[in-house]
Amino acid sequence: MNPVEIADIEMDLLLEGIYRRYGVDFRNYSKASLRRRIMICMETAGVDRYSSLIPVLLNDKDAFNQFMLTLSVGVTEMFRDPHFFLTFREKIIPILKTYPFVKIWHAGCSTGEEVYSLAIILHEEKFLERSIIYATDFNSLSLDIAKKGIYSSEALESFTKNYAETKPGASFREYYQEKYGYFKLHDFLQKNIVFSTHNLATDGVFGEMNIIVCRNVLIYFDKVLQDKVFKLFTNSLSSLGYICLGSKETIKFSGVADHYEEAFKKEKIFRKIKGTHGYQTT
Amino acid sequence: MVTKLHEAVVIGGSAGSFKVLCRLLNTLPIEFPIPIVVVQHVWKYTDGLVAETLNQISSLHVMEAEEKISPRKAHVYLAPGGYHLLFERDKTFSLSIDPPVNYSRPSIDVLFYSAAEAFGESLIAVLLTGANADGAKGLKAIKDAGGVVIVQDPETAESSYMPQMALKMSPAAHTASIEQIGELLLRLTATQETPDEP
Repeated sequence: MNPVEIADIEMDLLLEGIYRRYGVDFRNYSKASLRRRIMICMETAGVDRYSSLIPVLLNDKDAFNQFMLTLSVGVTEMFRDPHFFLTFREKIIPILKTYPFVKIWHAGCSTGEEVYSLAIILHEEKFLERSIIYATDFNSLSLDIAKKGIYSSEALESFTKNYAETKPGASFREYYQEKYGYFKLHDFLQKNIVFSTHNLATDGVFGEMNIIVCRNVLIYFDKVLQDKVFKLFTNSLSSLGYICLGSKETIKFSGVADHYEEAFKKEKIFRKIKGTHGYQTT
Repeated sequence: MVTKLHEAVVIGGSAGSFKVLCRLLNTLPIEFPIPIVVVQHVWKYTDGLVAETLNQISSLHVMEAEEKISPRKAHVYLAPGGYHLLFERDKTFSLSIDPPVNYSRPSIDVLFYSAAEAFGESLIAVLLTGANADGAKGLKAIKDAGGVVIVQDPETAESSYMPQMALKMSPAAHTASIEQIGELLLRLTATQETPDEP
C-alpha cells in the first residue's frame, strides 16, 4: 500500500470520528477539495498526518470550532455569475408575481453574500415584501457572519462590478454603509430573511418552497450525497417551483432528472414539472 | 525495455499561454491515446469561449471540464473560469470555488497536486509560459510522485518567470520548445496501448 492510500485511510477515520463525535458529516464530500482544506488545518495545528488531528479535534471543542471556521473560509461573493441574477430578475420574478407570497430556500448560503444579492434583486423588483427567504447552512459560524451582513471592503469593487451587470435599479452604494475597511449591508434587506442551521447531509424537509437556490454547494458533494440532496429538494419544492444551481452544476444526471425541465439552460435554472409537493419516501 | 503506461497529460500556463497552447494542441493527432487536462489562468467567467475556439483549431475534442466525469482519450479538458479543477482518487473531475491559490482560480498547483496523488507515475505534466509562480510546487509534487515533467524552455517563453520558478524547484525537468514538447508527448505515448475507456 502506498503512502497516498494510507493517508486516505487516515482521512476516512478522521471524518468518521468527527461524525460520531459532533454529528457533522463530511463522509460523502468530494475528497480532493476537502483534503486541501484539512491540510490547511494541519499546517495550523503543526501536524503532518490526518490521523494526528483525531485526538485534537475529538477532545477539544474549541479546536473543532476553529477547524470548522477554516473549512468555511470565504468562498462566495455577491452577484457571482451576474447573468444568473439578471435572469432571476427578468424571467423568474415576473412568474413569482403571479403568487401572493413566495418561500425561497437558499440552501448552503455560507457567509450570506448571495442571499443579500437575491434580497437586493427582490427589493428592486418590489417583491421582497412578498417573499420570505430561508437562508440555511450547516456551519453556524458561517451563519453568524451572514447574520451580521458585514464584509471586507476589499471585495467591494468586484461586487459592485458584478451588480452593475444585473441591469440594476439603483446604485450599489445605496445598500451599504462603509467604515474602517468594512461595509455593512442595510438592515432592511434582512427583514424577510430567516437564517437557520440546516445540514443537507443529515437533515430533512422543513417546508414547501417555491424556489430553491443552491449554487456551488453540490460540487463539494460526491454522487451519493448529490442524489440524496436532489431528492430532498424535490420533496421540498412545490409543483412548478424552480431550482437554481451553480453554473457548473446540473440536475440532469440525478435520480430525479425526469421531474424537471431545463427552464434556463445557461443559468442552470430547472423547473419541477412532475410530482407533487410534500414529503415522499421514494 | 518496458514502456511505462501514461494515463493523462496535465498542462498549466498563465495568461499569454493561449497562443502556445494552440500551437501545442495543433501538433497532436486526433488519435492521441490519453486525455489532456489544462489549467490556463483566465478571467472569471469564460462562458466556454476559449474551449470553443481551441476546439475549432485542434483535431482533438476540446471542452470545459465538468465535475464527476472521467476524462477520455483524445479529449482536451479546460478548467472553467472561476473554478479550481481537481482530480479525485478515482480519476474523475471535481470543481471547487475555494479561494484563489497563487492569486489564481483556477490554479495550476491545485490541479497538479491532486493529479500527482491520483495518477502517481503514470502522469505527464507540462508547464508553459507565465508570469506567476503558480504550478512550480505542483510540478515538483508530480516529479516526486514519479511522473514525467516537462517545462517550456524559458528562452522560448513569452514570460519566462513561471518556467524558471518550476525549473528552480525541479531542476531535473525536461526543458523543451513547444514543437519539442509536442514530439515528446507523442514519443511518450507512442508505444503504449490505449487504456480502456471507463
